[in-house]
Amino acid sequence: MVDEPYRAFGRLPDESRTLNAPEASDEILIGRIAGGDRLAMHALYARHHVKVFRFVLRLVRNEASAQDLISEVFLDVWRQADRFEGRSAVSTWILAIARFKALSSVRRRKEAELDEEQAEAIEDGADTPDIALQKKDTGEVLRRCLAKLSPDHREIIDLVYYHEKSVEEVAEIVAIPENTVKTRMFYARKKLAELLKEAGVERGWP
Amino acid sequence: MTPNERQELETLLPWHAAGTLGPVDAARVEAALASDQELARHFAIVREEMAETIHLNEALGSPSPRALDRLLAAIDAGPARPPRAPFGARIARLFAALTPQAVAWSAAIAALVIVLQAGVIATMLTGERAGQRRATFETASAPEVAPLPRVSAPAPAPASRGLVTAAVPTSAANGAASHVLVRFAPDASIADITRFLETNKASVVDGPKPGGLYRLRVNAGGKDELASVVATMQASKIVGFVAPE
Repeated sequence: MVDEPYRAFGRLPDESRTLNAPEASDEILIGRIAGGDRLAMHALYARHHVKVFRFVLRLVRNEASAQDLISEVFLDVWRQADRFEGRSAVSTWILAIARFKALSSVRRRKEAELDEEQAEAIEDGADTPDIALQKKDTGEVLRRCLAKLSPDHREIIDLVYYHEKSVEEVAEIVAIPENTVKTRMFYARKKLAELLKEAGVERGWP
Repeated sequence: MTPNERQELETLLPWHAAGTLGPVDAARVEAALASDQELARHFAIVREEMAETIHLNEALGSPSPRALDRLLAAIDAGPARPPRAPFGARIARLFAALTPQAVAWSAAIAALVIVLQAGVIATMLTGERAGQRRATFETASAPEVAPLPRVSAPAPAPASRGLVTAAVPTSAANGAASHVLVRFAPDASIADITRFLETNKASVVDGPKPGGLYRLRVNAGGKDELASVVATMQASKIVGFVAPE
């Protein structure tokens, strides 16, 4: 389900805000962007564009689309900065916009096109899980299995581990209840363990 | 620890690994990890997953610089952002978002504040009149304020990426000025600006002001020193305008 990302974000606990000290300066930048300051836009872009690009790329699985979407995401940040209410971290707001745009883009494409692009767009030439296992490279097997997860599971694992988003922030971005965030993460990890087991890696969990 | 509590803590392990738990939950998980070897082993698995997820994402590379070019072109070409709602509409929206109880309490508190304020003003007026009756003559001393120099207002922010040079506002006549007004070139990157500030031992204290001007503090004690700093800054390619304040 994709919700309108520009809605007023819900309250975040103070403790999660204080963990992200740089967010204070993000909020100042957003204030300046709302006043039309292009230099502030440069600064915000420089700070977040790589992570936002990777988040979008993992959702759309097509580099050209991700390149286009990244401009659109930050253009929306420029246009909507005066609506940002500061009740969530700026990076959380940007990721919510990015997710909305990425999923809208995916929906516009045909499933068959997506499958073909999945095969050729972001393949990294790494070994298959079996071959990697033969080489005793469990890290490579793990990455392969992470790439094989469903979009929902891949998304939540990326948000928690790579984008370092709290339970509350993931709930904001994905627009699901906090308890669902926890259970989805649990099942994503469980599915990952199953894929690893199929590839011959037994970790003893779950 | 009950099985339910343990399961709950197990669910929180990914966020504990990422450092995004609140202090209370983080302390609970830490305590459990110290006493539960099985949980600690599970935590090691979580950390391994996290490391490989980061590795996987880092391998995705970065967007091309064209993405930024497209963004800037769209900002330049696009219409100005929608105007903000009128003040009255924003006030109406604010009140609409409040519950009736909140509005009632706010009104009561506002009424109380008005009454208290009126009381304070009345007391001050009464005291002043009494003072005037007692004193036949009174003078007030205040620091002499020099008239502000007339300066031409900076030009409004240009809609295009081109530079617009404004008349030079200057107030460095006293020779002790240590601030300058600077407008950076539109294509100046953050790295360029950071280098410029470091090279000139300057820091941004205010801005952007109308016309895209930033107020910088510089290490210049006298008029000559300030002029030298301004000359150095003018030579920089990333500066479109600089003048002593």
